[in-house]
Amino acid sequence: MTQQNRTPEGGRIDRGTPVTFTFDGKRYQGFAGDTLASALLANDVHLVGRSFKYHRPRGIVTAGSEEPNALVGVARSRAKHAGGEATPNLRATQVEIHEGLAAESQNRWPSLAFDIGAVNDKLSPLFVAGFYYKTFMWPKSFWNRVYEPFIRAAAGLGKAPTKPDTDTYANTYAHCDVLVAGGGPAGLAAALAAARSGARVILADEQAEFGGSLLHERGAEIEGKPAADWVTDALGELGNNPRVTLLPRTTVFGYFNQNFLALAERVTDHLAEPDPALPRERMWQVRAKEVVLATGAIERPLVFPENDRPGVMMAEAGRIYANRYGVVPGKAIAVATACDSAWRAAFDIAEAGGTIAVIADLRAEPPAALVERAGSLGIPVETSCAVTGVIGKTRVKRVLLGRISDAGVLSAGEVEADCLLMSGGWTPNVSLHSQARGKLDWQADAGAFLPGDPVQAQRSAGSCRGIDGLAEVLADGARAGVAAATAAGHAGEAPSFAATGGDAGGGWWLGAVPHDRDAARVRAFVDFQNDVTAKDVKLAVREGMHSIEHIKRYTTTGMATDQGRLSNMNALSIASGALGNEIPQVGLTTFRQPYTPVTFGTLATTSRGDLFDPVRKTPIHDWAAEQGAAFEDVGLWKRAWYFPKGDEDMHDAVARECRTVRESVGIFDATTLGKIEIVGPDAAEFLNRIYTNPWTKLGVGKLRYGLMLNEAGFIMDDGVVGRLADDRFHVTTTTGGAPRVLAHMEDYLQTEWSDLNVWLTSTTEQWAVIAVQGPKAREAIAPLVDDIDLSGDAFPHMSLREGHVMGGVPCRLFRMSFTGEAGYEINVPPSRARAVWEAVWANVEKLGGCAYGTEAMHVLRAEKGYIIVGQETDGTVTPDDVGMSWAIGKKKPDFVGKRSLARPDLVAEGRKQMVGLLTKDGKTLLEEGAQVTVERSPARGTSALGHVTSSYQSPAAGRPIALAMIAGGRDRIGETLHVPMPNGGIAVEVVQPVFVDPEGSRLNA
Amino acid sequence: MLLISCPWCGVERPEIEFRYGGEAHIDRPAQPADLDDHQWAEFLYMRSNPKGLLAERWRHVHGCGRFFNAVRHTVSDRFVCVYKTGEKCPDLEALAREGAQ
Repeated sequence: MTQQNRTPEGGRIDRGTPVTFTFDGKRYQGFAGDTLASALLANDVHLVGRSFKYHRPRGIVTAGSEEPNALVGVARSRAKHAGGEATPNLRATQVEIHEGLAAESQNRWPSLAFDIGAVNDKLSPLFVAGFYYKTFMWPKSFWNRVYEPFIRAAAGLGKAPTKPDTDTYANTYAHCDVLVAGGGPAGLAAALAAARSGARVILADEQAEFGGSLLHERGAEIEGKPAADWVTDALGELGNNPRVTLLPRTTVFGYFNQNFLALAERVTDHLAEPDPALPRERMWQVRAKEVVLATGAIERPLVFPENDRPGVMMAEAGRIYANRYGVVPGKAIAVATACDSAWRAAFDIAEAGGTIAVIADLRAEPPAALVERAGSLGIPVETSCAVTGVIGKTRVKRVLLGRISDAGVLSAGEVEADCLLMSGGWTPNVSLHSQARGKLDWQADAGAFLPGDPVQAQRSAGSCRGIDGLAEVLADGARAGVAAATAAGHAGEAPSFAATGGDAGGGWWLGAVPHDRDAARVRAFVDFQNDVTAKDVKLAVREGMHSIEHIKRYTTTGMATDQGRLSNMNALSIASGALGNEIPQVGLTTFRQPYTPVTFGTLATTSRGDLFDPVRKTPIHDWAAEQGAAFEDVGLWKRAWYFPKGDEDMHDAVARECRTVRESVGIFDATTLGKIEIVGPDAAEFLNRIYTNPWTKLGVGKLRYGLMLNEAGFIMDDGVVGRLADDRFHVTTTTGGAPRVLAHMEDYLQTEWSDLNVWLTSTTEQWAVIAVQGPKAREAIAPLVDDIDLSGDAFPHMSLREGHVMGGVPCRLFRMSFTGEAGYEINVPPSRARAVWEAVWANVEKLGGCAYGTEAMHVLRAEKGYIIVGQETDGTVTPDDVGMSWAIGKKKPDFVGKRSLARPDLVAEGRKQMVGLLTKDGKTLLEEGAQVTVERSPARGTSALGHVTSSYQSPAAGRPIALAMIAGGRDRIGETLHVPMPNGGIAVEVVQPVFVDPEGSRLNA
Repeated sequence: MLLISCPWCGVERPEIEFRYGGEAHIDRPAQPADLDDHQWAEFLYMRSNPKGLLAERWRHVHGCGRFFNAVRHTVSDRFVCVYKTGEKCPDLEALAREGAQ
């Protein structure tokens, strides 16, 4: 038997196009136009999942995106599902079925009908509100081994996909005059009004079809037409207007500052065989001059015992399934209500051929017209009547009724029913208004929070601001649309739309429904998804939670994916009752982005894999790759790390590279260094103020090491600076520091010293840098240099010359060293860099030299005790701490950071100072970051003296070496300290932080 | 994402073109050496951090590259005005009285 709940006719589904899909492996049939929820209900499937905490069987509750229970894993086919490509936690009420779609229920094992986790339900007295905080407190040692693994294993809904997401996602930016969020009657009227005024309009709705409630409104007429026909005409008008963008299946999920809104458009999920060129989803980032929120209202559940049983649904959802999808969700349907709109659901279902077992209204006197109409349809009516419980575990079987009287609630028997529709009235959907930082006003007579004055350029229209009645909602939408268009510069007049029918009527209920059951034994759910009961909310209040923010976190009510759109008002009402405080005083939690869950793919769009970050490559990159170099990431740069030969591992390759540089010559790609050209009459004075060093007397053609502090006196960057002319300097910075240093310089130049006549230009990408280092460096480059005298006297260490190499390639040649060996850095235009590199490489190879990478560079500099900013320093290190007081221009009256160097803490005794460490056994390599202490096995709680900043196997020293920052380190030279490790402390000797050529004689060779 | 007007370019551009520069109108002392430790610490670290209007520095780093100042409300993030470096700080109290929020 298939689709036994389908009506013989009616609804907006395409009965000519049957669609086969699977749920938990079983095949079902629905029709094109069905959602997964409507198709399952057509097949009388209510049980679709297990709840989060108690694993209680749960059914479909709503027909919209607020669905708390029917969360399923969905894949395009069973094969994809089995292959780990399902998307978890999709709401069955929003998933459109297509041929072959495969859906699975969640949070159950081994099966939906029999679930081991349901033992939690029996143990529920242990899992009351705040149970995490109570149960898992002691003994403390249990946390890591017992509690956390248990909580992690039990936590979360659904299964994350196991395979990388093969779908593509797109991102688009848009501007408009008026963005309308929500395509129901108010939204359509607003869009029509704004568009007729000439505004550029975007109309977005989360559903597949525009129309909202008009799609299931029987008997309502607009402009003399059935409501659904009016929708078709309105969409025709909007669709033909080139200034209007219609976005169905598009959720406005985020409302950010200055009318910046984020929309998620589901492009292909509803298609069986989508065009592979299309993205799965598209993120819209929209800047709207004005926004109209027409997000409607959401029906509120009634809180009565066992209100979570499969078969219990919202009344309006029942009406939607009957009218829009041609599904009557049960054979005998009971209705529990406190408002008129549920009666409308009962009447529509009865007219569609369904059987209404009873309408139980909490009110003593529902409107007489409703009672009369029920009578004429043969529907039994009970007034002052509460539903006090439900019999049936995996499906409603019978409904318990209670009579409300002054004496309390007395049993009023029970009714056979397999479906129960409930309605506690309507909660205006103020999520986006709240996201836009708009305040909410409490309307006691409506029992609702309504949008207060907007903070941003937005207005609410229709039932999301408490407007009742179809004609009034249309008029409100039209008014809002014209007002928005006018504010955006397109004045117009509000059209009027004559309408009849479609009125929801009055009546509402907040909080728990009274009953005659044993309060200790029954549970009435407030938040279905997070399994929060009315008792939990009261318990939280008893245990001292008095603010709704605390109650929310303690009980987790309203923290599910619907953000409490179903549950908040009931929770608030129960809390307010328990506190004896008015609802506005208890407060409402703030709605936040996203409105409904958004896939990570949509947020990431194309920023994944190779496109996650830009990649910067030097002109030498391809050469290094051809040589088999291993690369490391330094910022966005790819840098050659080491060049393994044969079957060398990293350690062997680095050792060989280091030895070769010290013995003959090495070639190194230093292109990534930041470069800034500083030009102008005041360039030297500017450098005087920015660097610690003095620059006035630096001669043209000379280099100097420059140290840069921030205003607090801490080292922020370093690099070699060369003077090209009186008014022109070539500054180098660390690879990662270039943008930061330029910004720092610009800041001072523009905002503090605007009197200085100086220009700053980033030249990082104007120069490729080929470093040639080692005793044979001069021999390696000499044959290639056209017009520069390389002799030691003419071109000593720390000099620079402009000239040419290779017959006319312009170059800036630096004689400098970051290895302790004599060396050069050849700056050439990047377009010629590879040719120059290959020419130098040919000579280097002839001389028995090698190419070396960043790891060997690090070892070579550590052997010399040269610091790396960010490795030896951490933003709290002064020049003196790393033994660089020599870099400070003593006679300069001021430079950035100078005053701070005299602050008491910066001159205090016992600051950490850079020293060398040698392990006593001469073999053990220390771990960088390891702590250093006096004792071999210090008592728990002992403060460390400092930590290891650099540690390498040094080929030159023939042993491991390390640099460390140690409190009072320079006074500890010769002392033995310890590096405590899990396998015992390692004894180390404190030494000077120079391990090779302390006199520096090799530099001048 | 905020929209910010650059007073040098005369255009409104999205926040990602700009970089924040902290509170404005904190002049670096002309003679830092004349300040005692307390005064220097005040200059270095102490900021007004108001709940309300704040004059602050921005740099149109991915545009003209220039610094400018803006008055922003720290609760609503609304920009009340922007002005060039070197121009006087508007009267924040008067702006607040006029209802800037």
